[in-house]
Amino acid sequence: MVESKHKWKAWLYLSPAIILLLVFTVWPIINTVRMAFLENYNSMGAVGGKIYAFGIGNFKQVLDYKLFLNCLGNTMLLTVLTVPLSTILALLIAVCLNAIKPLQRILQTIFFLPYVTNSIAIGMVFAAMFNMVGSAFGGENEIVVTAGIINNVIEFFGGEAVNWINAGSTYAANITVMVVYIVWNALPFKILILLGGLQSINKQYYDAARVDGTRRSRVFTKITVPLLSPMLAYVVITGFIGGFKEYSSIVGIFGEHMGPAGDAKRLNTMVGFIYDSLSTQQGRASAAALILFGIIFVVTMINLYVSKKKTHY
Amino acid sequence: MKILLQNLTKIFPGRGKKNTQEVIAVNDFTFEIPDGKLVGLLGPSGCGKSTTLYMISGLQKPSGGKIFFGEDDVTELSAENRGVGLVFQNYALYPHMTVKQNILFPLQNLRGEDKLPKDKMIERAYYAAKLVQIDDLMDRKPSELSGGQQQRVAIARALVKMPKVLLLDEPLSNLDARLRLQTREEIRRIQKDTGITTIFVTHDQEEAMSISDLIVVMKLGVVQQIGKPQDVYDDPTNLFVAKFLGTPPINVFTGKVSGGKLFIGDAPVLDVPGVEDREVTVGIRPEGFVLDENGPLVCGLNSVEVMGRDVSVVCRHENAVSPVIRAIIDADNKVAAGETVRYTLKPHKVFLFSKEDENRIRF
Ligand SMILES: Nc1ncnc2c1ncn2[C@@H]1O[C@H](COP(=O)(O)OP(=O)(O)OP(=O)(O)O)[C@@H](O)[C@H]1O
Ligand SMILES: [Mg+2]
Repeated sequence: MVESKHKWKAWLYLSPAIILLLVFTVWPIINTVRMAFLENYNSMGAVGGKIYAFGIGNFKQVLDYKLFLNCLGNTMLLTVLTVPLSTILALLIAVCLNAIKPLQRILQTIFFLPYVTNSIAIGMVFAAMFNMVGSAFGGENEIVVTAGIINNVIEFFGGEAVNWINAGSTYAANITVMVVYIVWNALPFKILILLGGLQSINKQYYDAARVDGTRRSRVFTKITVPLLSPMLAYVVITGFIGGFKEYSSIVGIFGEHMGPAGDAKRLNTMVGFIYDSLSTQQGRASAAALILFGIIFVVTMINLYVSKKKTHY
Repeated sequence: MKILLQNLTKIFPGRGKKNTQEVIAVNDFTFEIPDGKLVGLLGPSGCGKSTTLYMISGLQKPSGGKIFFGEDDVTELSAENRGVGLVFQNYALYPHMTVKQNILFPLQNLRGEDKLPKDKMIERAYYAAKLVQIDDLMDRKPSELSGGQQQRVAIARALVKMPKVLLLDEPLSNLDARLRLQTREEIRRIQKDTGITTIFVTHDQEEAMSISDLIVVMKLGVVQQIGKPQDVYDDPTNLFVAKFLGTPPINVFTGKVSGGKLFIGDAPVLDVPGVEDREVTVGIRPEGFVLDENGPLVCGLNSVEVMGRDVSVVCRHENAVSPVIRAIIDADNKVAAGETVRYTLKPHKVFLFSKEDENRIRF
């Protein structure tokens, strides 16, 4: 047969990609699983010829670790808050953008700008914006810290400055800043996808809906949202996956200490936990990575199951 | 309910630098559509049929003129509140809803005193579905239906709120020949049953002729002629209308009138009393030819096509505008094999048109 005759050629063409995948994706995955199930695994020890027993000790260790539960909590909280919020906001903005004809191109570009900007850099800008007005040290050697624009605005309207991210700030304030930043950061991609989806909806459905005497709110809920549901599902699923991998946004605002000064690691996430363990406790890091994978897998399966029932293709 | 269109005009403004030319899609359209009639809106592509329909439905605002439903001026009324039923050129069924949900949708939009209880809605939906014989497909999605079934769903959706006006935009264009025939009869039947004033857009003249009470022939936004299908066919006001109606199409010749006789080439083919001497364009319907060994019109014979009851004689003439002319004659008449055929003409099947403005010259 012609097919089998040319099969080796196909393999040949694919081989660079396959080799790269094997070396940089498949092997690390296998290795991660291996390390996760070797008790107290540590690469220095392994190089030194130490033999590790097989077991689930790493997982126990991870779950017993108070810090891990903290990281898990932070990750879950940020994901649950930011995914729905950013999706709804992106949907509204996309619908509005789609409705206006003049300036649409320019506005589209403006909304897309954050996507092409480095998130650490944006984080630093946000950190500056949310900075506290006031003094860092009391008494004579008082240093006036840069006033953040957010607090300036709050004070302009007669409110009291909030300590968002500086030493002594509350957890709620920290999370608020993170939610604002993550949502803002997530918008461009979502708007882009949803706007593309909106523009591909046949205008005739809207004409038909008008002739059928449909109110605007019903057009939105009964026509726009269902017809956009494949894109919405995509945006939500990737949003959840991204949310569980949250890390660099926190670094962007709070630095690598993952928390306000004086309370390091307060906002640490799952990925942060894995990074922290990586240098010394590779076994623990691997176990945590597998747990994270498990969570993402389950959540994605639930997402897919729900979206299959709800979306129209 | 009767519909009155008064000097209806639609101008699409030119836009940008490249496209400065404005388009007059509909130009000064005045017409009263009698209550309960089916009107066929007919014309070549781009002549403004859809635009007229969209203005009646309220989806597009007229640039000028007025629209009355009964005695009410609805020109400023939005589409949502006009309550017409519209079947789109490509149906525009909501793809995410089942047939039932599609048909129910217009009813669920009703508000205030028009609002129906749920069981009443279902009842109405099934009534509309039965009317177009799709009540066994209610739980399918539009993508699971054939073109003809989709079209009927679209009609049911347009009918379900019992509109006073039903507008159909080339509803048969996606169907195969047999289904077209079948569905156009169905549309006619539904329209007769419900008595809804209906406007039916098509560029297929046969379709319009076969089911319409009245036809409106349009060209480049301008109405050419309005009348009963047979009247328009028998008495076209200009060459465009004559050419547009009839299959096979009318045969066009160049000719001249001299001394009350019509000449095609050098042959005097017909007496045309009362027409002054001039150059004319002659239109002869295919059924206007009568085989006659001594007939004045001599044509070169190409072929003879037997079509059951009739015979189509394909021939040529140097004064014909198109390379072939077709004559339809009774199958009983034998066409003698040979180089030429000769015809006399039926006077009421021959139309004269001015060479300058293509308007009809009556005799
Ligand atoms: N939105 C628009 N902007 C500018 N010109 C338009 C617009 N819509 C239609 N036209 C023009 O108006 C004219 C009439 O269009 P219309 O759609 O009414 O034609 P139609 O008779 O329905 O043709 P068809 O048989 O192809 O459907 C055409 O010349 C078309 O190019
Ligand atoms: Mg059209």
